[in-house]
Amino acid sequence: MCLGIPGQVVAMTDVEQYLAKVAVNGVQRVISVRLLADQSVEPGDWVLVHVGFAMSKIDEREAQLTLDQVRKMGADYVNEIDAFNSSEIV
Amino acid sequence: MKFVDEFRDPAAARALVKSITRLAADDEFKFMEVCGGHTHTIYRHGLEHILPPGIELVHGPGCPVCVIPMGRVDDAMWLAEQPDIIFTTFGDMMRVPGSKGSLLDAKARGADVRFVYSPLDALKVALDNPTKHVVFFAVGFETTAPSSAVTLVRAKQLGVQNFSMFCNHVTIIPPIRAILESPDLRLSGFLGPGHVSTVIGTRPYRFVPQVYRKPLVVAGFEPLDILATVHMLLQQIRDGRCEVENQYGRVVREEGNLQALKLLAETMELRPHFEWRGLGFISQSALKINDAYADFDAEERFSMPGIRVADPKACQCGEVLKGVLKPWECKVFGTACTPETPIGTCMVSPEGACAAYYNFGRMHREAANMIGETAGV
Ligand code: SF4
Repeated sequence: MCLGIPGQVVAMTDVEQYLAKVAVNGVQRVISVRLLADQSVEPGDWVLVHVGFAMSKIDEREAQLTLDQVRKMGADYVNEIDAFNSSEIV
Repeated sequence: MKFVDEFRDPAAARALVKSITRLAADDEFKFMEVCGGHTHTIYRHGLEHILPPGIELVHGPGCPVCVIPMGRVDDAMWLAEQPDIIFTTFGDMMRVPGSKGSLLDAKARGADVRFVYSPLDALKVALDNPTKHVVFFAVGFETTAPSSAVTLVRAKQLGVQNFSMFCNHVTIIPPIRAILESPDLRLSGFLGPGHVSTVIGTRPYRFVPQVYRKPLVVAGFEPLDILATVHMLLQQIRDGRCEVENQYGRVVREEGNLQALKLLAETMELRPHFEWRGLGFISQSALKINDAYADFDAEERFSMPGIRVADPKACQCGEVLKGVLKPWECKVFGTACTPETPIGTCMVSPEGACAAYYNFGRMHREAANMIGETAGV
C-alpha cells in the first residue's frame, strides 16, 4: 500500500478543491493535488500518486524509471492499478 | 555476479557491486532498510545475493500493515460489526488477522466492509449513503497520513455528519530510535525510507548520526538505488564520516513537503504512546485526530473495546520487524503461515518481509544455492 505510481496530469478539474485528472497507465482518474498546493501543478506535469493524492512532482525521466520498476512488480502493480481504477473521487 | 543482467543498467550495477565489494573488503556490515518498499525490492531482485557476503541487509519496522497490533484489528472488527456501519479500508488491511479472524471474515459474516483506494473514496461512500455511518480505517506512516488530513479537512468543510476515521497513523522516527536503543541489534547504518521522507524531509534523521553515530542514507526504490545507497553508506564509513545523505534527491527534498506537514499539524496530534506489533509501546509514535476534528474521530464517537491482545504464540513477527529474525527462521513460515493463510502481519502486505521473501526471496535463494553448487563455491 505504500507504493507511489507515476501519473501525468491531464487537466485541473476543480481548482478550488485542488482536484486534477491524472492518467496512470492509460487510465484517467481524479486525484487530489492539495499536498502540492504551494507548487504550481499544470497539465503535462508528472506526479507520484499515492492513495489518491499527488505526493510530489517528478520529472519525466523519474516517472519512466518508476513506471518500469513498478511494472516489474507484477501482481502488486496490477493490484495497485486495479485499486486506482476503482477510485471514484469526484 | 548473479542476476545483475535483469537490471535496467547492468553495467552500472556491475560497477557498483565491484566498488561495494572493494569498500567492504573482509569486514562485516549490517544495514537496516527501514521501509517495506525497500524490503520488497531487495527480495524481488535477489539483492542479498548480489552483495558481498559480509554485507547483511536487515529488515526494519517500516511496513504500516505489519506493525498494527492485534488489539487494534479487533477494534476495527468490532466497529465493522456495529449496526448501520459501512467500514472502509485499504485492500491490504482486509486480511490482517485479529484474534477473531480478519475483516474479510467479518465481511463474510455479514458486515458491510468495503475496500477503498483512497480516504477520499471513503468520504464519497459517506456522501452516497446518508443513512449509514461510514468509518475509514486509517493506517500508514507520514506518507499516508497527509491524505487522511486532507480528507478530514474536506469532511469538515462539507459538514458531513456520517463519517469518521479510526486513526492508526504512525510516525517513523520513534521506532528507529527504539531500534537504536535496543541491545539486540548491532547496526552499521540505515537505508532511510523514501516516500516517508518526501513528507518529513531528511532533517528529522539527524539524531541518528549525531546521537547514535550511525550513517543514514535516504534511498529510492529501484534496485540500482539500493546498491547506490549501500555504496554511499560504506563510503561514509570508510571516509570516517557519519551523516544523513539523500540518494533519492530526485524525489525527496531536504525540507520535505511543508504543505503536507501543515495539514497534519492542523488535524492531528501525537498520542502519548501507541502499541506496535513486536516493538511494544513506543511513546509519541502515533497520531490521533485532534480536538478541532473530534467529530470525525471514531475513537471519540464509539466506545470501542480497546483491549490489548497478545500476539499468537507461534507468531514471531516482532522479531522479524526488529530485524532480529529472518522470515524463514520463523517456525511457522511457509507451513502454517503463508500469504493465503497468514498468521502474522508480515505475511499479509506485499511489503511485509515474510510475504516478500515467500513470493520472491526463496526463488533467488534457491537459484543462488544452485549456482553456488555448480560453480563449486
Ligand atoms: S512467518 Fe508469519 S508468523 Fe512468522 S514472522 Fe512471518 S508473518 Fe509472522
